[in-house]
Amino acid sequence: MAILQYASEAIKNLFRPPVTTEYPFRPFEYPEGTRGHVEITIDDCIGCGMCVRACPSSALSVDRLGGTWTINRFDCIACGYCVLKCPKKCLRMETGYQTPGPEKQAVLYTKSPEQLEKEKKQREEAAAKAAEAKRLMEEKKAAEAAKEAKEAE
Amino acid sequence: MDREKTERLETNRSIEGKRSVIPFGPQHPVLPEPIHIDLVIEDETVLEAIPSVGFIHRGLESLAAKRDFNQLIYVAERTCGICSFQHGMGYAEAVEHVFGIEIPIRARFLRTIWAELGRMHSHLLWLGLLADGFGYENLFYQCWRIREKVLDLQEATTGGRLIFSVNCIGGVIKDIPEELLKKILASIAEVEEELKVLQKTFMEDYTVRSRLSGVGILTRQQVHELGCAGPVARASGVSCDMRITGYGAYPELDFEPVTASEGDAYARCDCRLREVFQSIDLLRQAIGRMPAEKDLSTPVKGNPEGEYFMRVEQPRGEAVYYVKGTGKPMLERFRIRTPTFANLPGLCEMLKNTKLSDVGLLVLTIDPCVSCTER
Amino acid sequence: MGKVLNPAPVIEEIPDDHLLKRVMEMKKGGFRLSQVCAAFVDGKFELSYSFGDDETYEYVTLRVVIDPETEIPSITEIIPQALFYENEMKELFGVKIRMISVDYENKLYRIEKEAPFGPGKD
Repeated sequence: MAILQYASEAIKNLFRPPVTTEYPFRPFEYPEGTRGHVEITIDDCIGCGMCVRACPSSALSVDRLGGTWTINRFDCIACGYCVLKCPKKCLRMETGYQTPGPEKQAVLYTKSPEQLEKEKKQREEAAAKAAEAKRLMEEKKAAEAAKEAKEAE
Repeated sequence: MDREKTERLETNRSIEGKRSVIPFGPQHPVLPEPIHIDLVIEDETVLEAIPSVGFIHRGLESLAAKRDFNQLIYVAERTCGICSFQHGMGYAEAVEHVFGIEIPIRARFLRTIWAELGRMHSHLLWLGLLADGFGYENLFYQCWRIREKVLDLQEATTGGRLIFSVNCIGGVIKDIPEELLKKILASIAEVEEELKVLQKTFMEDYTVRSRLSGVGILTRQQVHELGCAGPVARASGVSCDMRITGYGAYPELDFEPVTASEGDAYARCDCRLREVFQSIDLLRQAIGRMPAEKDLSTPVKGNPEGEYFMRVEQPRGEAVYYVKGTGKPMLERFRIRTPTFANLPGLCEMLKNTKLSDVGLLVLTIDPCVSCTER
Repeated sequence: MGKVLNPAPVIEEIPDDHLLKRVMEMKKGGFRLSQVCAAFVDGKFELSYSFGDDETYEYVTLRVVIDPETEIPSITEIIPQALFYENEMKELFGVKIRMISVDYENKLYRIEKEAPFGPGKD
């Protein structure tokens, strides 16, 4: 009986298309949401460093003032924890895996010059505002002190 | 010339009936992972087997002192590539018990679905390896072809083929939408259909039967004394399945532990095959009874303080997760006792009085996962 | 609905000289050794010997708290398969254990670093 069973399978196999695909000629289609590698929209990044602290394999580093975000793709384990933790949602998981290479390389993302300029301006404005507020406070204090001194007289 | 020949013959004769030691592994064609066993043999019969593990010890348990308890879930998952989801789930459940929180019901069902998918693909992988181990290459291809469907389901639902990273402390981070649930049902129906053909081959084929039955027998008494777990124990008639302890959504589902009574390699194969069908059944039940709920995780506050022993039924058997926290973000102690670690003494026992040619096959029948064992 | 058997796990603290007696009692009570592990907490070793029951799913852990210098007896005479666990504790934590049936001499795990690690240095 067993022979007959295999015979039918064999005949079926003659007319079936192969189970495997012709991989390099027909690219593999990833299903939606495959965790392949981490990508960043660097201009939205605020450099808070949440992803750096979250990363279990310490593959990330952030320079807030320089506006850069570095990932060591060979250390990254594609767990997606940084994506989960990012407060600005500028990190995302993309399909496509890291290709192997002879040595570990870090990939550096730098903010665009316009964005950097904008942020620099914002920082300067904020600093100016803070300085202004400080000056006002000091003036107020001085005025109060003067008032107190007057009252004491 | 003649003298040399007779001398050689004489030495051969004097070796006859004496013991010699043959190393098995660390690199051996039947399994890609390094395990080393010294086999003391007399003629063709193995008298004693002395295992030594430890070629790939990575110190994952000590990483617990360097990563916080949320990050550790990703470390725990990477203990093993095959049962990765169950490692993450066992760890998460242990920490949830320490916190004393209840996770949302839908998250429990989702965990169960992924755990059962993981069990299916692990068993199919093992069946393929076993077929390859006794030289039935065609069967090996078929098993792995079917397994590919389960892997595709896993990738579609979680985003990772083997390492899912969908657990978090307090629940899961991803939902399975309705259309994907339907796809799972359709896919597992196909798997069931195709596996039934293979089951016939595994269970009735003369070649397979003569190769597997009566080899490596462990009695019920031996299994109990040696502390074996999982399908190895169940194939010897010990009806012990940690899913009955009611983690995940298993309390809501109907199932009975799959057992056999012979305790040989054939019974272990039979057990695992039937467990794949059981997983298919559990998946259908779980998808049918899953409540529609938005809530997927309970937020946790503070740091774990306390200890808990969590037991999870992995594809390979009972795994124990011990978590001890002292109110700091880093855990004081995290321990995984994997099923292969428990099955090693059983393996040494079953290797006794077998033929040398069966050793590779018998090592496979406990479904060894050496990376798990050494962590 | 399936049946659920989940008695709460018990942790029982015992002095170290009662260990062998209690392990013997557990074995006679039909329990199987599930796991043994060590932890280094506040300058002391906490050794946990866990036993499981296959029918009632009870889980009993014997807890022995000892100083790092104290030697404890091996349970391999009663339960032979404990040798892997005990070798592991000896190698990774430096717990002093007397008379393990097969002593791997700190070479169970073939790691680059010098074993045994001192207490708390795992």
